[in-house]
Amino acid sequence: MKKILFVTAFGFISVFAQSQANILPAPPNKGLICIKNATIHIGNGKVIEGGDIIIENDKIKDVGKNLSVPAGAEIINANGQHVYPGLILPVSNMGLVEISSVRATTDVREIGDMNPNVRSIIAYNTDSKIINTVRSNGILLANVVPQGSFLAGSSSVVQLDAWNWEDAVVKADGGMHLYMPSLLPRPSGFGRFGNMPGGPNAQAQQSDPVKEGLEKIENLKSFFREAKAYFANPSRNETNLKFESVKNLFNKKQKLYVHANTVKQMLVALDLKKEFGFDLVIVGGSESWQIADLLRQNQVAVILQQPHSLPTTTDDDVDQPYKTAAMLQKAGVLFAISDDDSQTRGKNLPFNAGTAATYGLTREEALSAITLNAAKILGIDDRTGSIEAGKDANIIISTGDILDMSTSQVVHAFIGGRKINLDDKHKQLSERYEQKYQLKPKKGF
Amino acid sequence: MKKIYGFIVFCFLHQTTIYTQPTFPENGVADPRQGFYAFTHATVVKDISTTIQDATLIIKDGRIVTVGAGLPVPPGAVEVDCKGKYIYPSFIDIYADYGITQPQRALPTGSGFGQQMQIESNVKGPFGWNQALKPEVDAFKLFSVNDGAAKPLREAGFGTVLTHVRDGIARGTGVVVTLANEKENLVVVKERASAHYSFNKGTSTQAYPTSKMGYIALLRQTYLDAAWYKNKPYKEGFNATLQAWLDIQNLPQIFEANDKWDNLRADRIGDEFGVQYIIKGGQNEYQRIREMKATGATFILPLNFPQAMDVEDPADARFVSLEDMKHWELAPTNPAAFEKAGIPFCLTTSDLRNISSFWTNLRKAMEYGLSETKALEALTKTPAQVLGIYDKVGSLESGKLANFLITDGPLFHEKTNILFNYVQGIKYNVKSDANISGVYQLTVNTPAGQEKFTLEVKSANSATLYAKDTLNCRFSFDGKQIKLSYAPMARRQRPSGMPGVDTLRRPGGAFPGLPAAASSQNLPPNATRLSGISYGSEWSGTGTDSLGNTLTWTAVYAKAIESRPDSARKKDPPVLGKVTYPFLPFGWTEDNKPKQETILIKNATIWTCEKEGVLNNADLLLKNGKIAAIGKNLNDPTARVIDGTGKHVTPGIIDEHSHIAAASINEGAQSVTCEVRIGDNINPDDINIYRQLSGGVTSSHILHGSANVIGGQTQLLKFRWGGNDEELKFKEWPGQIKFALGENVKRANLSSAGQNNRYPDSRMGVEQVLVDAFTRAKDYKKEWDQYNTEREKRIKSKKSTADLIPPRRDLELEALADILERKKFITCHSYVQSEINMLMKVAEQMGFKVNTFTHILEGYKVADKMKAHGAYASTFSDWWAYKMEVEDAIPYNAAIMHKVGLVVAINSDDAEMARRLNQEAAKTMKYGGLSAEEALNMVTINPAKMLHVDDRVGSLKVGKDADVVVWSDNPLSIYAKALYTIVDGTVYFDREKDEQLQKEVEAERARLVKKMIGEKRSGAPVTPAVPSYQYMHTCHDHGHSHGLLVIDNDEIYNP
Repeated sequence: MKKILFVTAFGFISVFAQSQANILPAPPNKGLICIKNATIHIGNGKVIEGGDIIIENDKIKDVGKNLSVPAGAEIINANGQHVYPGLILPVSNMGLVEISSVRATTDVREIGDMNPNVRSIIAYNTDSKIINTVRSNGILLANVVPQGSFLAGSSSVVQLDAWNWEDAVVKADGGMHLYMPSLLPRPSGFGRFGNMPGGPNAQAQQSDPVKEGLEKIENLKSFFREAKAYFANPSRNETNLKFESVKNLFNKKQKLYVHANTVKQMLVALDLKKEFGFDLVIVGGSESWQIADLLRQNQVAVILQQPHSLPTTTDDDVDQPYKTAAMLQKAGVLFAISDDDSQTRGKNLPFNAGTAATYGLTREEALSAITLNAAKILGIDDRTGSIEAGKDANIIISTGDILDMSTSQVVHAFIGGRKINLDDKHKQLSERYEQKYQLKPKKGF
Repeated sequence: MKKIYGFIVFCFLHQTTIYTQPTFPENGVADPRQGFYAFTHATVVKDISTTIQDATLIIKDGRIVTVGAGLPVPPGAVEVDCKGKYIYPSFIDIYADYGITQPQRALPTGSGFGQQMQIESNVKGPFGWNQALKPEVDAFKLFSVNDGAAKPLREAGFGTVLTHVRDGIARGTGVVVTLANEKENLVVVKERASAHYSFNKGTSTQAYPTSKMGYIALLRQTYLDAAWYKNKPYKEGFNATLQAWLDIQNLPQIFEANDKWDNLRADRIGDEFGVQYIIKGGQNEYQRIREMKATGATFILPLNFPQAMDVEDPADARFVSLEDMKHWELAPTNPAAFEKAGIPFCLTTSDLRNISSFWTNLRKAMEYGLSETKALEALTKTPAQVLGIYDKVGSLESGKLANFLITDGPLFHEKTNILFNYVQGIKYNVKSDANISGVYQLTVNTPAGQEKFTLEVKSANSATLYAKDTLNCRFSFDGKQIKLSYAPMARRQRPSGMPGVDTLRRPGGAFPGLPAAASSQNLPPNATRLSGISYGSEWSGTGTDSLGNTLTWTAVYAKAIESRPDSARKKDPPVLGKVTYPFLPFGWTEDNKPKQETILIKNATIWTCEKEGVLNNADLLLKNGKIAAIGKNLNDPTARVIDGTGKHVTPGIIDEHSHIAAASINEGAQSVTCEVRIGDNINPDDINIYRQLSGGVTSSHILHGSANVIGGQTQLLKFRWGGNDEELKFKEWPGQIKFALGENVKRANLSSAGQNNRYPDSRMGVEQVLVDAFTRAKDYKKEWDQYNTEREKRIKSKKSTADLIPPRRDLELEALADILERKKFITCHSYVQSEINMLMKVAEQMGFKVNTFTHILEGYKVADKMKAHGAYASTFSDWWAYKMEVEDAIPYNAAIMHKVGLVVAINSDDAEMARRLNQEAAKTMKYGGLSAEEALNMVTINPAKMLHVDDRVGSLKVGKDADVVVWSDNPLSIYAKALYTIVDGTVYFDREKDEQLQKEVEAERARLVKKMIGEKRSGAPVTPAVPSYQYMHTCHDHGHSHGLLVIDNDEIYNP
C-alpha cells in the first residue's frame, strides 16, 4: 500500500520534469515482480480472489493463491484492487492518424482499390500523443489497421510502449483488410449517395451499387485465383508484388479481415472463405446478430467495432447495439469488442465492453471480449490475452472495476514485464492547471 | 338511334376556333358563330347538392344560358339529345403548372461548409436583396396555351386551372385559365388570381437561405420589410420586390408546403402576419389531422400515393422501415381524413408523375373513404370559391362558363366514362369509342346472297360475331372507320386438309389463358375482310370474302348490350393499421396515449441533486405533473405505485447541447443569422427522442450548428414523445442564441486554401464580426428607443403621431438587442483559450454576459477568468484530437472547471451519446475524482441552471416538474439502465412496455411485408425496395458515425 502511494505521488512529482516528449518507454524488466492479494481477472472467464501473480523478466511465471514470494522480488500489494490482462484494441488507427481533420497528420489510406501490399506498421508513429492517453485506460496492445476503399493492406499488432515501430511490433502483417462495398441501394437525389434531381450527374450516376459491389468482389476473386496459380508456378519469370503480399492468406499466417455490416456483405465475405479457405474475421458486424448461427457454423470471428452506437433501423430494439455481443456469445461465435470512436480514439474500449455486460454478457465474458478473445482473433493468444503462466506479462492494475467509468482507475501497467509510465498529455495538462489554480486532487488523477 | 347520330356526327363538326376577337383583324371571310346548343334529357348535376333529372342545358357564346328541367329548345340552338347521359361541371385544378415553362432547377448551393458562396443576388434591376423572392412575377405574362398539355387534363375532367411559376420562396401571382385550345386572350379567366409561396429556393443560386428555418426567417423579415416599405423610406429607394409583395397581398395566398410539419410552419408565418394561407399539402397530413384542422386553412391535396415496394427478399425488407410501409398503406386515406375532420380541401393533379393516374388514385382515395360528394366539391366548388371565381366556374348556372363534362353514367362509378369535356362551350372528345358499343345486325351481300350476322361490339377493338355459331373475328373502330375480319371457328377436329386452323381452339375464340385479341391474330389468310364507315347507328362498306370476291355490307344498331351491373359489389373497406404518434415505431395510438398519472415510487435511493443529497429508502410522490412529496412512508391511495426497492431515482437528465428533432440545424449562409430559430422547425418524428428517453433524458437543448459566428436561436425541448412540434417545446423559458468561434466559423476545414469567401477567415475576423454585430444592435436599439420616447411624448401631449414613422424592424438585430437587454442568453461553441477570453472581453465591452460556453474544451486554461465573468461551462467528457483546435482538450476539463467554482455541465452533441449521458457524467469521477453527486449534477441541475429553468427542473424538489428517472442501479454506474422515464408525471418510457412495443413493431412489420408482397403478387406495380435512410443533422464539428442508414445532412449539400 505504502509503495503504491509512493508510486502515485512520484508520478505527480515527476511531472514537473516531464513533458510528453520524455515519457520514456520503460526499460526491460530484469528480475521478479510479485503482485499480491489482488482480485485477478484471468481473461478466460475465471476470477481468482485474493490471488498473486509472479512476473519474471518479460513473462508471467505463476498465477494462483498464496504464492510464496520469491527472494528479491519487487512486491506490489494490490489488496482490494483488480488485476486484468492488458486490454487489446483490435481495430485502431493509432499512430496513423494524429488529428483527423488535418490531412498532413494522417497516414491511413492509400490511393486506389487494390493495395494488399500496403503495410500499416511502417507508418506507425510511436510518438503519437494519442497512445499514452489510451494506455492510461488499460489498453496495452492495438491492431493498427489501414483504411481504404477496398483491399486496403495489412495490419499489425503493436504494444503501446516503444521507441520505434520495430520495437512496437507484436505481430507483423497478421491481417489483410478488405472493406466490403456497401451493397445497399442508395436513395436517389442526394449528394454523393445518388444524384441530384436535374443536376448534371442525374443521368451519369444512375448506377446500381449492389451490382457494382458484386462485380468488384468477382474481380477480387479472380485476383485471388490468379494469385493462387502464381504461387503454384515455381518457374515464374515476373514478380507481382500484389500477389506476393497475399501469400500468407493462403497459408493462414494471415487472416482476412472483412469490414462489413449488413447480412449481404457478410454472406459475400463468407464466399471468400469458402472458395479460398481464408481465416475470416468480420469487422463491424452491426448486423451479425442476424446470422450468428451461420457465423458459428463457419467459424467466422467477429469484431464488433462500436457497441456504443445507434440501432441500424428505426424499428430495431433501442438497445440492439448493446445487446449484439450477448447474442453472439449465446450463439457461440468468437467475437471481440473494439472502440471506433473518432473523438476519443479507442480509450473507451473497456466501457463499450461494460455496456455489453449491462445488456447480457457476464462481466468476465465482457472482459474476454477485450482481452483473450481479441488475442485469439488477432492470433496472439499464445503470447497474451490472459493472465496465465508462460504468457507475456501484459497486466494492468485498477483500483476498481475496469469496465465501469465510475470506478476504473489504472494505477499500474506492465507490458512484457516492463512497468510502463502511465503519464500522458492529458494528465500533464491537468497537472499544469491544477498547479495554476492550486487545486489538490482528491484521488487518483 | 337519334342519340347516337347526334354524338357521332357532332364530334366531327367543328374543330377550329369558334370565337373571334373584335380587336383582331380577320384574314379572310368572317365566320361568326355562337356555339348555341341545347343538351336535352340529361341528368344534370348542377353543383354538389343539386341534381336535375331530364334536364336541359343551354349554352351560347361559351357560357351557360340556362339549365333546368324540361326547358324548350330555343330557336337557333342545336339540340343534342343526352338521354341516359350525365352532365357535371368540369373540374378545376388549383395547382397545375399548365402553360408555363418552369425554370430549370439549379444545384443546391451555398451550404455553410462546402463551397464558395454566392453572397449577393445576381438578378439585375431594382429588386430586393434575395434572389429567391420573386413576388413581381406574373404568371399571366408568361402563360401560353399548350394543347398537348391541356389534353390529358381535359381527359381527366378538368376545364379550368390555376397555373403559376413554381420558382422561389415568393413566386408571384397565378393565373386562372381554361383548357380551351384558343387564343390566350380568351382563355384567361382571372389574370392575377393568387399569390404563391414555398419553402424552396428554386433556381436561386444565392447562398441564403440554406435551411428550413432560414426560409421562415426570410419570409418573416420580408413581411416586416414590406410593411415598413409602405412609407417609402428614402434610404431604400425603389424596391420592386417589396412593392410587388405589397401589391399582391390582397389575393388568395397559396403556400406550397407539401408536408404535415411544413404546413404548420407555413401557417404560423401566416398567423404572425395576419395571413391565412391556402396550403398545398403533401401525402402525410393524415398523420397529424388534428393539427391540420387547427390551422383553419383550406388545403390543396395531391393524389400521388406511394407504390408498394418489392420486399420479397428479406434482406431488402430489413431496411425498409415500418414508417415507410405504414405510410404506403395509409397515404390513400389522406383525403378521407380531411373529409372526416371537416377540413375544406381541393384536389389537384399536381405531384402526379402522370396525369392519367389521377382517376386511379382518386378512386383509390374513395375506396379508402373519400365520399363522392366531397370529391366533386374538392374538384369544383371549393377551388372556385378559394380563388373567388365561383361566379364563373365550379357549377352549372346561367352566366357561368360552359365548362362541363358529359358522361355515360354517374361520374365516380367505376365503369363510367367521360365522353366529352366542354370548355367554354367548345367540345373536346374524351372517349370516342364509348358510344360504339351495342348489338348490331350485320348484313353481308355476297355473290351467293345475303348473309346475316349479329355483331356484339364491346369496345373500339373488341367484338363478338356470330351467326349460328360464334365466328373467329377481329374488329376495330377508330372513331369513324370500321374494320372487321372473320373466319369460321375451328371448334373441333376437322377433316384433314384444313390448313391454318388450330385444332385446339375453343369456343369463345381464345386459347385457354389467352385474351381474345391474341387468338384473333391467328385469323387465317383467307378470312373475310370488311371495311367501312360509321354514320352513327348505321354503317356500310365493302369487303372481300375468302374466295376473293368483292362484296358490300351494312350494319344497323339493334340494341344496347345487356349492361353488367357496375361493380357496385361494394368493395370491403381496406383493413388498415392505426396512425401512431409520432408516426414511427414505438409511437402510441390515440387509444393508448400516455397520460399524466399520480405515481408513488416507494423505498428507493433518491438522488435529489439538492442540498439534501442522496436519500436512502425514501419515497417520491408525483402528482399533477409536479413533484408532490419526497420523504419516508408516503402514501397516496390514488397513486400507481412503483416499487423502488434496490432502485435509484434521479431527476430527468438534461442535455445542454443536442441537434436532434429539427428539420434543419445550420443556416450557414451568413456569419450572423440570429434571425433564424430552431423552434420554427422542430421535427417530432425523430426516433432519437424515444431512444434518448430510454437513456433517461427528459429535456434537451436543440442548438443551431456552428457554421457561423452568430448562429440561430435555440430551442429547449421536453421529450413529450408523440407530441407535436409545439407540445415538445419547454414552455416559458428565456431563449438562447448559439454563437460559435474558431475553425468552423472561419471555415478552416474546406478542402483548399482560399476557398472561403465568407468573412471571417481568421480568429481576428471573428472578433470583428462580433463587435460589428453588437455595435449595429446598439444603434438599432437606440433608434427604437428614440422612436418610442418620441411617440410616448406625443401621445402624452396629445400630439399627432401620424408623421412619426417607426424604424425598420430587423429580426437579426432585435435578437442581438435581446441579448444586450438580458432577455436572451447565449451559448457559445468555443475551444481554445484565446477565443474564450476574446468573447468575454467583447461581451464586457458591449455590456452583456456570456451565459454558457459550450464544448469549451480549453475552459480549464481560463477557468478563473470564466468564473470572474460569470459564465457557465458545458463540455464533453473526453473528446479530443479530432481537429486542430481540440489538440489540448483533456478529460479533466470538467473537473478542473468545477473545482475552480464554475457551474459545469456535460453535454452530448451526439444522438448516440445522449442516451448515455449518465455515463459521460460518471467520467468526471474517473478524470478528476469528483463525487458521484457532483457528477450527476453535471447532467441535471447544472444544465438546468445554464438554461434558466432550474426553478422547474434539474432536481427533485417539491413543486418542481415531475421529470424523473427510475434506474436499475446506481445512475453513475455503467450497469444502470433507465427503467422508467417520466416527463411531467407522464411515463414516456417504460422498459417493460418497451419489450412489448418491440414485439408489436415486429408483428406490424410482418403484416405489412406480407401485404406488400400480396400487392406485388396481385400484379400491382411495385418499386424496388429502397432502404429507409434517416437524415441526421449534426453541428458538423466532428465525425459522427451513426450506422448504415444514417446520412449526415451536410452530405446532401456536399456531393
